[in-house]
Amino acid sequence: MANPKDNLEKGFLEFVYDFYSSMKSHEISLVYEGKVTHQITKAFIALAEAQMEENEEASKVQRTVFHVMVECLQNISRHADEYESGKAIYSGKGIFIVSNTDKAWCITTGNAIVNDKIPGLKAILEQVNALNNKDLKDLYMNQMREGRLTNRGGAGLGFIDIRRKTGEKLDYHFLPITDKVSFFLLTTLIPRT
Amino acid sequence: MEALRIDGTEDSPQVILDLEANIMELSGRSLPEDVNTFYEPVLSWIEEYFKNPHDNTVFNFKLTYFNTASSKVILDILTQFEEMIEDGQHVLVRWHFPDDDEDMQEAGEEYADMVDVPFEMVSYS
Repeated sequence: MANPKDNLEKGFLEFVYDFYSSMKSHEISLVYEGKVTHQITKAFIALAEAQMEENEEASKVQRTVFHVMVECLQNISRHADEYESGKAIYSGKGIFIVSNTDKAWCITTGNAIVNDKIPGLKAILEQVNALNNKDLKDLYMNQMREGRLTNRGGAGLGFIDIRRKTGEKLDYHFLPITDKVSFFLLTTLIPRT
Repeated sequence: MEALRIDGTEDSPQVILDLEANIMELSGRSLPEDVNTFYEPVLSWIEEYFKNPHDNTVFNFKLTYFNTASSKVILDILTQFEEMIEDGQHVLVRWHFPDDDEDMQEAGEEYADMVDVPFEMVSYS
Protein backbone atom coordinates (compact mmCIF):
# COMPACT_ATOMS: atom_id res chain seq x y z
CA MET A 1 0.00 0.00 0.00
CA ALA A 2 1.33 3.39 -0.94
CA ASN A 3 2.29 5.67 1.87
CA PRO A 4 0.45 9.02 1.41
CA LYS A 5 3.57 10.82 2.64
CA ASP A 6 5.61 9.32 -0.20
CA ASN A 7 3.08 10.60 -2.72
CA LEU A 8 3.20 14.05 -1.20
CA GLU A 9 6.98 14.13 -1.39
CA LYS A 10 7.02 12.76 -4.90
CA GLY A 11 4.53 15.45 -5.90
CA PHE A 12 6.71 18.09 -4.34
CA LEU A 13 9.89 16.84 -6.01
CA GLU A 14 8.10 16.80 -9.35
CA PHE A 15 7.01 20.34 -8.71
CA VAL A 16 10.61 21.34 -7.98
CA TYR A 17 11.77 19.76 -11.22
CA ASP A 18 8.96 21.43 -13.21
CA PHE A 19 9.82 24.71 -11.56
CA TYR A 20 13.49 24.26 -12.47
CA SER A 21 12.59 23.32 -16.08
CA SER A 22 10.28 26.28 -16.33
CA MET A 23 13.03 28.61 -15.10
CA LYS A 24 15.43 27.16 -17.66
CA SER A 25 12.96 27.49 -20.54
CA HIS A 26 12.32 31.12 -19.62
CA GLU A 27 16.08 31.67 -19.17
CA ILE A 28 15.53 32.91 -15.64
CA SER A 29 18.71 33.27 -13.62
CA LEU A 30 17.31 34.60 -10.36
CA VAL A 31 13.97 34.40 -8.57
CA TYR A 32 13.32 35.85 -5.15
CA GLU A 33 10.15 36.18 -3.14
CA GLY A 34 10.09 37.89 0.22
CA LYS A 35 11.08 40.98 2.08
CA VAL A 36 13.39 43.26 0.14
CA THR A 37 15.82 44.83 2.57
CA HIS A 38 18.87 46.92 1.79
CA GLN A 39 21.04 43.84 2.55
CA ILE A 40 19.08 41.82 -0.02
CA THR A 41 19.46 44.62 -2.57
CA LYS A 42 23.23 44.70 -2.08
CA ALA A 43 23.48 40.90 -2.29
CA PHE A 44 21.55 40.75 -5.59
CA ILE A 45 23.50 43.50 -7.28
CA ALA A 46 26.77 41.88 -6.18
CA LEU A 47 25.53 38.58 -7.61
CA ALA A 48 24.51 40.16 -10.93
CA GLU A 49 27.80 42.03 -11.17
CA ALA A 50 29.80 38.85 -10.65
CA GLN A 51 27.69 37.06 -13.26
CA MET A 52 28.08 39.88 -15.80
CA GLU A 53 31.80 40.10 -15.17
CA GLU A 54 32.12 36.37 -15.76
CA ASN A 55 30.11 36.62 -19.01
CA GLU A 56 32.21 39.60 -20.11
CA GLU A 57 29.09 41.68 -20.56
CA ALA A 58 29.67 45.08 -22.24
CA SER A 59 30.35 47.71 -19.59
CA LYS A 60 27.44 49.89 -20.72
CA VAL A 61 25.03 46.96 -20.32
CA GLN A 62 26.54 46.18 -16.92
CA ARG A 63 25.98 49.71 -15.73
CA THR A 64 22.40 49.81 -17.02
CA VAL A 65 21.51 46.48 -15.42
CA PHE A 66 23.01 47.77 -12.16
CA HIS A 67 20.95 50.98 -12.35
CA VAL A 68 17.69 49.20 -13.12
CA MET A 69 18.18 46.55 -10.42
CA VAL A 70 18.87 49.14 -7.74
CA GLU A 71 15.87 51.30 -8.66
CA CYS A 72 13.52 48.30 -8.93
CA LEU A 73 14.62 46.75 -5.63
CA GLN A 74 14.48 50.08 -3.82
CA ASN A 75 10.97 50.59 -5.22
CA ILE A 76 9.83 47.38 -3.53
CA SER A 77 11.55 48.11 -0.23
CA ARG A 78 10.15 51.65 -0.12
CA HIS A 79 6.73 51.33 -1.69
CA ALA A 80 5.40 47.77 -1.34
CA ASP A 81 2.14 48.07 0.62
CA GLU A 82 0.86 45.81 3.33
CA TYR A 83 -1.62 43.14 2.54
CA GLU A 84 -3.17 40.29 4.46
CA SER A 85 -3.31 36.75 3.22
CA GLY A 86 -4.85 34.30 5.66
CA LYS A 87 -3.42 35.30 9.02
CA ALA A 88 -0.21 36.81 7.70
CA ILE A 89 0.36 40.49 6.96
CA TYR A 90 2.95 41.19 4.30
CA SER A 91 4.81 44.44 4.03
CA GLY A 92 7.85 45.52 2.02
CA LYS A 93 7.64 42.17 0.25
CA GLY A 94 7.62 41.31 -3.39
CA ILE A 95 9.02 39.15 -6.12
CA PHE A 96 12.13 39.86 -8.10
CA ILE A 97 13.00 37.97 -11.28
CA VAL A 98 16.02 38.36 -13.52
CA SER A 99 16.27 36.62 -16.87
CA ASN A 100 18.80 37.00 -19.65
CA THR A 101 18.71 35.88 -23.23
CA ASP A 102 21.12 36.55 -26.10
CA LYS A 103 19.18 39.70 -26.91
CA ALA A 104 18.36 41.32 -23.59
CA TRP A 105 18.32 41.29 -19.83
CA CYS A 106 14.85 41.35 -18.35
CA ILE A 107 14.15 42.53 -14.81
CA THR A 108 10.70 42.02 -13.32
CA THR A 109 9.38 43.09 -9.97
CA GLY A 110 6.02 42.52 -8.37
CA ASN A 111 4.60 43.90 -5.15
CA ALA A 112 1.29 44.66 -3.48
CA ILE A 113 -0.13 48.14 -3.87
CA VAL A 114 -3.23 49.75 -2.34
CA ASN A 115 -5.82 50.28 -5.10
CA ASP A 116 -6.13 54.00 -4.27
CA LYS A 117 -2.58 54.54 -5.50
CA ILE A 118 -3.10 52.87 -8.88
CA PRO A 119 -4.48 55.87 -10.83
CA GLY A 120 -1.54 58.08 -9.77
CA LEU A 121 1.02 55.39 -10.53
CA LYS A 122 -0.59 54.63 -13.91
CA ALA A 123 -0.53 58.32 -14.82
CA ILE A 124 3.22 58.54 -14.08
CA LEU A 125 4.01 55.36 -16.01
CA GLU A 126 1.92 56.43 -19.01
CA GLN A 127 3.59 59.84 -19.02
CA VAL A 128 7.09 58.35 -18.78
CA ASN A 129 6.35 55.90 -21.62
CA ALA A 130 4.92 58.60 -23.89
CA LEU A 131 7.79 61.10 -23.64
CA ASN A 132 10.77 61.37 -25.97
CA ASN A 133 14.37 61.61 -24.74
CA LYS A 134 14.46 65.38 -24.54
CA ASP A 135 11.18 65.61 -22.60
CA LEU A 136 12.29 62.79 -20.28
CA LYS A 137 15.44 64.74 -19.54
CA ASP A 138 13.41 67.89 -18.80
CA LEU A 139 11.02 65.93 -16.58
CA TYR A 140 13.93 64.38 -14.68
CA MET A 141 15.61 67.74 -14.14
CA ASN A 142 12.34 69.33 -13.13
CA GLN A 143 11.53 66.52 -10.71
CA MET A 144 14.97 66.86 -9.13
CA ARG A 145 14.45 70.60 -8.64
CA GLU A 146 10.88 70.48 -7.39
CA GLY A 147 10.55 67.04 -5.87
CA ARG A 148 11.32 66.65 -2.21
CA LEU A 149 12.73 63.42 -0.89
CA THR A 150 9.86 61.60 0.77
CA ASN A 151 10.26 60.17 4.24
CA ARG A 152 10.87 56.83 2.57
CA GLY A 153 13.78 58.31 0.66
CA GLY A 154 12.27 58.14 -2.83
CA ALA A 155 12.41 61.16 -5.08
CA GLY A 156 9.91 60.05 -7.75
CA LEU A 157 12.77 59.74 -10.21
CA GLY A 158 13.15 55.98 -10.51
CA PHE A 159 10.78 55.30 -13.43
CA ILE A 160 12.11 58.24 -15.44
CA ASP A 161 15.68 57.08 -14.87
CA ILE A 162 14.93 53.49 -15.89
CA ARG A 163 13.22 54.66 -19.07
CA ARG A 164 16.11 56.99 -19.94
CA LYS A 165 18.87 54.48 -19.19
CA THR A 166 17.27 51.60 -21.10
CA GLY A 167 15.56 53.52 -23.93
CA GLU A 168 12.74 50.98 -23.55
CA LYS A 169 9.13 51.48 -22.52
CA LEU A 170 8.12 50.18 -19.11
CA ASP A 171 5.75 47.22 -19.23
CA TYR A 172 3.36 47.04 -16.29
CA HIS A 173 0.21 45.31 -15.08
CA PHE A 174 -2.06 45.52 -12.07
CA LEU A 175 -3.70 42.28 -10.95
CA PRO A 176 -6.35 42.34 -8.21
CA ILE A 177 -5.44 40.50 -4.96
CA THR A 178 -8.41 41.66 -2.83
CA ASP A 179 -10.95 44.47 -3.27
CA LYS A 180 -8.47 46.87 -1.65
CA VAL A 181 -5.09 45.67 -2.86
CA SER A 182 -3.58 44.78 -6.23
CA PHE A 183 -0.36 43.21 -7.39
CA PHE A 184 1.80 45.62 -9.38
CA LEU A 185 4.08 43.98 -11.95
CA LEU A 186 6.80 45.92 -13.73
CA THR A 187 9.10 44.54 -16.41
CA THR A 188 12.14 46.29 -17.83
CA LEU A 189 14.16 45.17 -20.83
CA ILE A 190 17.83 46.03 -21.20
CA PRO A 191 18.95 45.31 -24.77
CA ARG A 192 22.42 43.73 -25.00
CA THR A 193 23.36 45.38 -28.27
CA MET B 1 37.63 73.75 10.44
CA GLU B 2 37.62 70.07 11.33
CA ALA B 3 37.94 67.66 8.43
CA LEU B 4 35.12 65.28 7.56
CA ARG B 5 36.36 61.94 6.31
CA ILE B 6 34.09 58.95 5.70
CA ASP B 7 35.43 55.72 4.25
CA GLY B 8 33.74 54.44 1.13
CA THR B 9 31.73 51.21 1.23
CA GLU B 10 30.02 49.04 -1.38
CA ASP B 11 26.97 51.33 -1.18
CA SER B 12 28.23 54.69 0.02
CA PRO B 13 30.87 57.05 -1.33
CA GLN B 14 34.17 58.02 0.19
CA VAL B 15 33.92 61.53 1.57
CA ILE B 16 36.96 63.75 2.03
CA LEU B 17 36.28 67.31 3.16
CA ASP B 18 39.66 68.37 4.43
CA LEU B 19 40.80 71.99 4.21
CA GLU B 20 44.34 71.34 5.51
CA ALA B 21 44.93 68.72 2.85
CA ASN B 22 43.08 70.99 0.41
CA ILE B 23 40.76 68.18 -0.75
CA MET B 24 37.02 68.31 -1.15
CA GLU B 25 35.85 65.14 -2.82
CA LEU B 26 33.06 62.57 -3.11
CA SER B 27 34.08 59.35 -4.83
CA GLY B 28 32.81 55.84 -5.44
CA ARG B 29 29.26 54.55 -5.31
CA SER B 30 26.23 56.17 -3.80
CA LEU B 31 23.14 54.09 -3.05
CA PRO B 32 22.96 54.28 0.73
CA GLU B 33 19.98 52.78 2.54
CA ASP B 34 18.99 56.21 3.82
CA VAL B 35 20.28 59.05 1.65
CA ASN B 36 19.22 61.77 4.07
CA THR B 37 21.07 60.26 7.02
CA PHE B 38 24.20 59.62 5.00
CA TYR B 39 24.46 63.08 3.44
CA GLU B 40 23.31 65.13 6.45
CA PRO B 41 26.90 65.60 7.81
CA VAL B 42 28.17 66.44 4.30
CA LEU B 43 25.55 69.15 3.78
CA SER B 44 26.15 70.51 7.30
CA TRP B 45 29.91 70.62 6.73
CA ILE B 46 29.48 72.60 3.50
CA GLU B 47 27.02 74.94 5.21
CA GLU B 48 29.59 75.58 7.95
CA TYR B 49 32.37 76.05 5.37
CA PHE B 50 30.19 78.60 3.58
CA LYS B 51 30.52 80.89 6.64
CA ASN B 52 34.26 81.16 6.22
CA PRO B 53 35.33 79.75 2.84
CA HIS B 54 38.73 79.72 1.16
CA ASP B 55 39.41 82.16 -1.69
CA ASN B 56 39.07 79.36 -4.21
CA THR B 57 36.88 76.33 -3.65
CA VAL B 58 37.40 73.27 -5.85
CA PHE B 59 35.00 70.40 -5.26
CA ASN B 60 35.57 67.02 -6.94
CA PHE B 61 32.81 64.59 -7.81
CA LYS B 62 34.37 61.28 -8.77
CA LEU B 63 31.38 59.00 -8.51
CA THR B 64 31.16 55.76 -10.46
CA TYR B 65 27.48 55.22 -9.71
CA PHE B 66 24.69 57.06 -7.92
CA ASN B 67 21.03 56.13 -7.56
CA THR B 68 18.14 58.52 -8.19
CA ALA B 69 17.70 59.34 -4.50
CA SER B 70 21.37 60.43 -4.38
CA SER B 71 20.96 62.51 -7.55
CA LYS B 72 18.64 64.84 -5.66
CA VAL B 73 21.17 65.30 -2.83
CA ILE B 74 23.94 66.04 -5.35
CA LEU B 75 21.75 68.86 -6.66
CA ASP B 76 21.33 70.11 -3.07
CA ILE B 77 25.13 70.25 -2.70
CA LEU B 78 25.47 72.12 -6.00
CA THR B 79 22.75 74.54 -4.93
CA GLN B 80 24.83 75.37 -1.85
CA PHE B 81 27.76 76.22 -4.17
CA GLU B 82 25.45 78.35 -6.28
CA GLU B 83 24.59 80.36 -3.16
CA MET B 84 28.29 80.77 -2.35
CA ILE B 85 28.88 82.14 -5.85
CA GLU B 86 25.95 84.53 -5.51
CA ASP B 87 27.69 85.64 -2.34
CA GLY B 88 30.81 86.53 -4.36
CA GLN B 89 32.86 83.35 -3.74
CA HIS B 90 34.88 81.43 -6.33
CA VAL B 91 33.76 77.83 -6.69
CA LEU B 92 34.72 75.27 -9.31
CA VAL B 93 33.21 71.81 -9.62
CA ARG B 94 35.37 69.13 -11.22
CA TRP B 95 33.17 66.33 -12.52
CA HIS B 96 35.25 63.19 -13.09
CA PHE B 97 33.86 60.37 -15.21
CA PRO B 98 35.25 57.14 -16.71
CA ASP B 99 36.01 57.86 -20.38
CA ASP B 100 33.66 55.07 -21.54
CA ASP B 101 30.75 56.14 -19.35
CA GLU B 102 28.53 58.45 -21.42
CA ASP B 103 25.77 58.41 -18.82
CA MET B 104 28.07 59.73 -16.09
CA GLN B 105 29.41 62.39 -18.45
CA GLU B 106 25.85 63.39 -19.41
CA ALA B 107 24.81 63.52 -15.76
CA GLY B 108 27.59 66.06 -15.12
CA GLU B 109 26.59 68.10 -18.16
CA GLU B 110 22.98 68.14 -16.99
CA TYR B 111 23.95 69.37 -13.53
CA ALA B 112 26.11 72.04 -15.16
CA ASP B 113 22.98 73.20 -17.05
CA MET B 114 20.86 73.24 -13.93
CA VAL B 115 23.02 75.39 -11.66
CA ASP B 116 25.07 78.54 -12.15
CA VAL B 117 28.30 76.93 -11.05
CA PRO B 118 31.40 76.53 -13.27
CA PHE B 119 32.01 72.89 -14.16
CA GLU B 120 35.15 71.28 -15.47
CA MET B 121 34.57 67.88 -17.05
CA VAL B 122 37.46 65.49 -16.44
CA SER B 123 37.55 62.07 -18.09
CA TYR B 124 39.77 59.29 -16.82
CA SER B 125 40.49 55.73 -17.92
